[in-house]
Amino acid sequence: MRRFPALLASIPVAGLLLPSAALAQGMPQLAFGNPLTIAQVVWGGMIFLVLYLALSRWALPQVGAVLQARAASIADDLDAAHAAKAAADAAMAEMTEATRLARSEAQAAISAAVDKAKAEAAAEALATSRRLEARLAEAEAQIAQARNAAMAALRQVATDTTLAMVTKLTGTRPGKKSIDGAVGVALAARGQT
Amino acid sequence: MAGGEAKIDALGQFKLATVLGPLGGSVNFTQANLFMVLGGLLVLALIHYGMKPRAVVPGRLQALAEMAYGFIDDMCHEQIGHEGRRFFPFVFTLFFFVLMGNLLGLLPYGFTYTSHIAVTFALAVMVIVIVTGVAIFTHGTTFFTEYFFPKGTPVALAPLVIPIEVISYLSRPVSLSIRLFANMVAGHVMFEVFATFVVMMAGAGLLGTIGAIGPMALNVALMGFELLVAFLQAYVFAILTCIYLHDAVHLH
Repeated sequence: MRRFPALLASIPVAGLLLPSAALAQGMPQLAFGNPLTIAQVVWGGMIFLVLYLALSRWALPQVGAVLQARAASIADDLDAAHAAKAAADAAMAEMTEATRLARSEAQAAISAAVDKAKAEAAAEALATSRRLEARLAEAEAQIAQARNAAMAALRQVATDTTLAMVTKLTGTRPGKKSIDGAVGVALAARGQT
Repeated sequence: MAGGEAKIDALGQFKLATVLGPLGGSVNFTQANLFMVLGGLLVLALIHYGMKPRAVVPGRLQALAEMAYGFIDDMCHEQIGHEGRRFFPFVFTLFFFVLMGNLLGLLPYGFTYTSHIAVTFALAVMVIVIVTGVAIFTHGTTFFTEYFFPKGTPVALAPLVIPIEVISYLSRPVSLSIRLFANMVAGHVMFEVFATFVVMMAGAGLLGTIGAIGPMALNVALMGFELLVAFLQAYVFAILTCIYLHDAVHLH
């Protein structure tokens, strides 16, 4: 109906300008007395039917087949791409898993080695400390023995020294009995026996 | 109509005449039918030569053929639904039959068979008969009761609703055919009137010749407009057919 304004506009123009003879003659489209008016419709119907059959049986299926083949090939390509992507994803996941496994294995190996080394070090330290303790005890025993020996020699040394000093000072040799007594008193005063 | 004897005969271009000599004359084969055959052959040739390469990536002509196919295919799918596949060849034929009539009529010496009310009315009646046939085939006789008196309508409104629905249904072929016919006639009458102006003014001396540029330019602009109308009216005819088919298949 968009063209109706144009049609309406053309009517007054045509009405003003058309000779009355042409108006009286009327539109050829409305001359239904003319056998050609109906004949063209009959022919038109036949032509339309033939065109319909030619298009629907022969021409359009060709186009449809090409379009379908294209759609199918696109779908195939898409499927292939999806499959490739899935494979790549799977490989990626596998690799990630393998990396994770290797890492945890390595971690376990490291911690086992560390534990073992710690245990060995602890054992070694224990053994060393035992050995040192044994040597310490031995040394202490030796010291005690040496001390006892020294202590045992102290009275003799003091007696000899006293005897020598008194002899030098007095010029006389004191009796052994008195020196022993004096040394015993002096030692007792110093807490020694 | 050359020379000073030019007079406006805007309707003479629609006059029918037999072609192909005495053979055409004996079977009343008119120039309208010749152009129908020509249009049909053009469409078939477009598809045949266009689709010959059967290329996955189409060339120009193949792209045109595929575009024509896709255009009507989409129209059927969008308007009718998935049942539209069945009607696709019919709508395709109808669209290109009308389009070729409109386009070939714009060529010099062309004849616009869609400017004949007898032809457009026959097409419209064919559409309505097919639509009604599809409706009865799909829904049986319940189509009449359901279509002309939809469910849920108050019974009191029946005297009003039924005549309105019947009249609107019967007016479809009338509006469908007159729309196409009037558009084509109007365009071609205007072409003829302006073209005659050019001839008449050119015959009236130098000033007239200069003045003739006006209607000439108008006709050039009109040609572009008519090309649009040719496509638009073919599209309208086809899409209305699709809408009617949708109604027939789905009942409103």
